[in-house]
Amino acid sequence: MAKSKKTLITPKRDLITRRSALKGIAAAGAAAAASTTAPGFVRYVQAQTSEPLKLGFQVHKTGIGAAYGRWYERVVNACVGEINANGGIAGRQVEIVSEDDGTDPKRGAEMIEKFATQHGVDIAFGTLFSHVVMGSAPRAGELKLPYYVVSEGYHVSSGALNRYTFQPGITDVRSQVSSMAPWVADKLGKKVTMIYPDYAFGHDHRDYFSEAMKKQGGEIVELIPIPPTETSYTKYFPKIPSSTEVLYHVMVGPGVLTFVKELGEHYGSNRPEIFGFIDSLEAVPIDSPGLEFLEGTYFWEGYPRYAQPDQTPYDKHYREVVGVNDEGASVNDPKDISTYSHMFGCWETLYIIKQAIEASGYKGPKDKAALIEATEAITDIPWDNQHPQGDKVFNGKMHQVFGHQNISQVANSKLDVVHRTSIEDGMYENDTDYSKMPL
Amino acid sequence: MSAGDTMAAHGATRRGLFDKALLLHLAVLAVLFGLQFVIGEYQHLSLARVMVLATYAVGYNILFGYTGLLSLGHAMFFAAGLYGAGIGASQFGLGVQESFIAGVFSGLVLSTVIGLIALRTTGVAFMIVTMMFAQACYLLTLYFGEYTRGDEGIVLKGDIRQMVMFGYPFDLTSPVVRYNIAFGLLAVCVLICLALVRSPTGRVLVAIRENEERAGMLGYDTFRTKLFALVVSGTMSAAAGAAYALLFAYVGASFASIQYSILPLLWVLLGGIGTVLGPVVGTLLMFYLVDYASEYTSAYMLVVGVALLILVVWFPKGLLGTLRERVIAWLP
Amino acid sequence: MDFGPYLFLAVLEGTVTAAVLALTALGLSLVFGVMRIVNVAHGEFFMLGAVLAWWFSSMVSGSPAIGFLVAIVMAPLVVGAIAVLCERTVLKRINYDPEATIVATIGILYIIQQLALTFYGADARPVQAPVNFRVVFPWFGYSGYKLVVIAASAVLLLATWFVLTRTRFGLIMRATQFDSETAQAFAIPVDRVYAVVFAIGAMLAATAAVLIVPIQQAHYLMGGDPLLLSFIVVIIGGLGSIFGTVVAAIIIGISDGVISVFFTPTLAKILATLLVALVLVLRPQGLFGKTPR
Repeated sequence: MAKSKKTLITPKRDLITRRSALKGIAAAGAAAAASTTAPGFVRYVQAQTSEPLKLGFQVHKTGIGAAYGRWYERVVNACVGEINANGGIAGRQVEIVSEDDGTDPKRGAEMIEKFATQHGVDIAFGTLFSHVVMGSAPRAGELKLPYYVVSEGYHVSSGALNRYTFQPGITDVRSQVSSMAPWVADKLGKKVTMIYPDYAFGHDHRDYFSEAMKKQGGEIVELIPIPPTETSYTKYFPKIPSSTEVLYHVMVGPGVLTFVKELGEHYGSNRPEIFGFIDSLEAVPIDSPGLEFLEGTYFWEGYPRYAQPDQTPYDKHYREVVGVNDEGASVNDPKDISTYSHMFGCWETLYIIKQAIEASGYKGPKDKAALIEATEAITDIPWDNQHPQGDKVFNGKMHQVFGHQNISQVANSKLDVVHRTSIEDGMYENDTDYSKMPL
Repeated sequence: MSAGDTMAAHGATRRGLFDKALLLHLAVLAVLFGLQFVIGEYQHLSLARVMVLATYAVGYNILFGYTGLLSLGHAMFFAAGLYGAGIGASQFGLGVQESFIAGVFSGLVLSTVIGLIALRTTGVAFMIVTMMFAQACYLLTLYFGEYTRGDEGIVLKGDIRQMVMFGYPFDLTSPVVRYNIAFGLLAVCVLICLALVRSPTGRVLVAIRENEERAGMLGYDTFRTKLFALVVSGTMSAAAGAAYALLFAYVGASFASIQYSILPLLWVLLGGIGTVLGPVVGTLLMFYLVDYASEYTSAYMLVVGVALLILVVWFPKGLLGTLRERVIAWLP
Repeated sequence: MDFGPYLFLAVLEGTVTAAVLALTALGLSLVFGVMRIVNVAHGEFFMLGAVLAWWFSSMVSGSPAIGFLVAIVMAPLVVGAIAVLCERTVLKRINYDPEATIVATIGILYIIQQLALTFYGADARPVQAPVNFRVVFPWFGYSGYKLVVIAASAVLLLATWFVLTRTRFGLIMRATQFDSETAQAFAIPVDRVYAVVFAIGAMLAATAAVLIVPIQQAHYLMGGDPLLLSFIVVIIGGLGSIFGTVVAAIIIGISDGVISVFFTPTLAKILATLLVALVLVLRPQGLFGKTPR
C-alpha cells in the first residue's frame, strides 16, 4: 500500500511514508526495526529509548494548500533523513507519521486526535494554513500533545492558542510586515495603496503594515480588500488612487498569477513602485508568461529563492540535502519551483524539536512537561546548517521565533536580495505569556 | 416516491407497529451510548464529532427527506449556531449553556427569516435561493473579520468551556463529557425527528413532498407547514453548529462555505433519504470511508469517489432507503 | 480614474466573465434540461478542459497559437470521451435517478479531482495566449486576448444555437427534453441521445475552460466556482432556454463587475449574491422560463 502511495503522489523523490519510515536509514535503526517486527520478541528489550521517536506530520496533501504541502513534505523527509543518518534524536531514530488534513480545520482536528491516540506520536508538527492551525490547536492543547506549527500566521504569539503550541521555525506575519515598513518608506515612497485578501491573513497585513508605516511617517492612501471568491481583478485596479507611490500587494491561492498579470495589463510600463509578498508567487516560476512586467518590482522573501552571490555554506548544504537547485527549483525538474520562503520552517522546526528533546532528556510522553519547558527555554538560535535561513531569537513566553527578513528585486527574471532586515526590525511587544499556563 | 406510498399504505397498521419502530431507534441509541465503554480512545474521540455532525444531518433530513425541499444552503444554519455560540462565548462572555442557547436562537431567527423569503420558491429555484443566502452568510463571516477573524476563525479557550449543570461541574475538554453531550444532542434530535414524522404534521410534510398541490387542495396550509419544517430543520442544524463550537473549541468560516451545505446532503443520500436513522448511518459511513482510505493512500479521495459510485449503484436510495424498499418496509 | 471609463472597464470585465460563463452554463443547461439531472461534476469537466489545455499546449513546441489551437480542439474531445464513459458506466446504471445522480456525480467529482492532483499536481499553471496584444483605450490598457474570448464565445454560442434549433439532431434533442417517453415511442433512441447530450454538456464546459485558461491558469480546484455560477445562471435564465441562459450569464457577469464599482469588494459580492436570490424570489421560474408543467 505504501508503495502505491509513493508512486501516486510524488514519483520523483524518495519519501518516508508512514509504513516505510525506517527504510534506508542507518544500520542501528534497521536492526531496531527488525526486532520490533520479529514475532515472539519482547518489544524493545534493552531500553525504551531504542523505540523510534514518532513525529506526527500534519500535511496539506489535498485542498487549497497542496502546492505548499508537497514541498513541506520533501523538506521534512530530507531533514529526517539527515537527522537519522547522523544518529537520530537523543540516539533514537525518527519516524514520520504523515497524514493529510485536506487543508481543512475539521479534518485537522481529527488528525490531531488520531496522532495522539491511534498513532501514539510524541509530537505533532508541520501545519501551514492558519485556519487548520486554529482548528487543530485546541485539540492538541487538550490532549496535551506538543504541537509545532510552521504557519507564519499571527495566531501563536497573539495568545489565542495554548501552552502546547509553538511556532519556533518561521516568523509570523506581524513581524514580517512590520519589518518591511522602514525600508519601503525610505526607498520606495510614503504613499501606499494596499491590495490584500479580505480575510484574517490579509487583515493582519493591513493592520500591522499600516501601523508600522505610520511610525515611519508614511500614509496608506487606499485599502483594497479582495474577496476570496474572486477570480478576476482588473475591475479593482481603477480604485488605486493616482497619488499612489507604492502599491503593496499580497495575494494567495491559485488566482495570484491572474492578479499579477492583470496588474501588468492595467499599468503597462507606466507604474508606481510595486512591493509584494512572495506568497503571491510561491511555487510559481518568475519567468512565467505574463509576469514580465514584474521586472524591477520588489518582493518580501522569507528566505531568498535564488542562491545569492554571498551564499552561506549553510544554504548550500540545505539546498543539496533537500534537492533544490540555485534557482529554487527541484533538481529533478527545473520547472518544479519550490515554496522556498516558507518550507525552510519545517527544517528549522525539526532541529528545534531535536534541540528541545535532547535538552529535556525526553524519553516518552510522560516527559512532555519537560519538553515544553525546554522549548520555552530556547533563546538565541545560531546561523548554521540546522538553521540555514539565519540566526533567530525565540521568545519562550510568546512561543514565537523572530528572525531576519529579505527584500528582493526582480532583475532578469530572477530575485536579487537588496536588503536584509535586522531581527529587531521585526520585534514587537504584547502581553502573551504561555509559560504561566498550567501544563 | 415509493417511501411515501409505503407509509401511506401502512397507515392503517401504524399503531401496531409503533413499538417496533420506537424500539429499534431506542436500541440504536442505546448501542451508541454503550459504545463509549468498549471502543478505543481514537474511535471514542471521533464518534463524539461524528454524532454532532450526524445531528446536523438529521436536521437537514427533516427538510430534504420528509418535506422534499432540497436546500443547498444549510451551512448558514450550522454556521449561525457555530457563530452564535462562539461569538457569544468569546465576545460577550456568555457561559456554556447561554452560548448554546444563543447559537440555537440565532439558527431559529435565521431560519425563520430565510424561510419567509425562500419558501416563495420551490424546486430548483429554492436550491439556488438557499445557496445564495448561504453564500452571502459565508461572505458576511469574512466581512466582519474584526469579530470573526474570517477564515482563520476563533479559538474558544479553556475557562470558557467549563459549566455547572444541576449543581455539578462539567469540563467540556474532557472526552467523556464531550461524548455524552454529543450523544445527548443526537438522541434528542433523533427522537424529535421520529416523533415529528410519526405525528399528523409529519404526514402532512410527506404529503407535501409527494404532491404539494394535492396537499394544498386537501386544506392544509402548505406554506406554514413548510416554514415549520424549515425552522425545525434549521434550528436543529444550528444546535449541531453550536455544539460543535463549544465542544471542539473552534469557530471558522470554512464551516459556512458551500462544502458544508453539500456534506449533509451527501450524508443523507448515502444513509437513506427520508429515514430517521439514515443521516446517522450516512455520516458515520462517510467519516470512516475517509478515515480508513487515508490510512492506505494519500489519494483517498479517489477511494471515496469509487466507494460512492459503488454504493449508489447498489443502493440508489441510500443504505436504509434501499433496505426499507426491500426488507423492512415499516422503517420510519 | 473617472467614473465613466471605470464603468466601461467594469462592463468589459463583466462581459468576459459572462462570455465564458454562458458557454459553461449552456452545457449544464442542456444536461439539466434534457436529462433532468443535476451534474455536480460539471465543474470538474471544466477543470479537466483547462488542465488538458495546459498539457496539450505544452506538448506542442513553437508558436503559442499552434499549441492553443491543438488544445481547443483536443481538450474538449478528450473531456467528451470521459463524459461518455461516466454516463455509460454510472449514470445509465442508476437509471438517472435524480437523487442517486447527485451522489454519483459527487463521487465522479472526487475521482476526477484526485486524479488531476495526482497526475497534474497542485500548482496553478499558465497557458500562453494565442495572441498577445494590449488594447490601449484613452483611459486604460486592456488585454486584447480578453476581447478575443468574447468573440470566440459568441461564435460558439451561435453555433450551438444553430445546432439546437435548425438541425435534425437539435430537433431530436428538444423532443427528448419535452417528453422522453413520447420521444421513445417515436423511435428516438433516447438512451443514445442522453449519452450525446452529456458529452456535449461536458465539451461546452471544457471549451469554455480552454478559452479562459490563458487568463486564469489551470488549477485542480478551479471547478468549484464555474459549477456554482453556471448552476445559478441556468436557474435564473429559466430551464431549457438557451436565450435565457445567455441573458442570465450577461446579467450575472456584468452585475458582478458593476456593483464592485460602487461598494467595497466583499460587500459588492454580498449584494450581488442577494440580488440573484431576490430575482428568483420574485420570479421563481427564472427570467425566461415557463411555469413548469
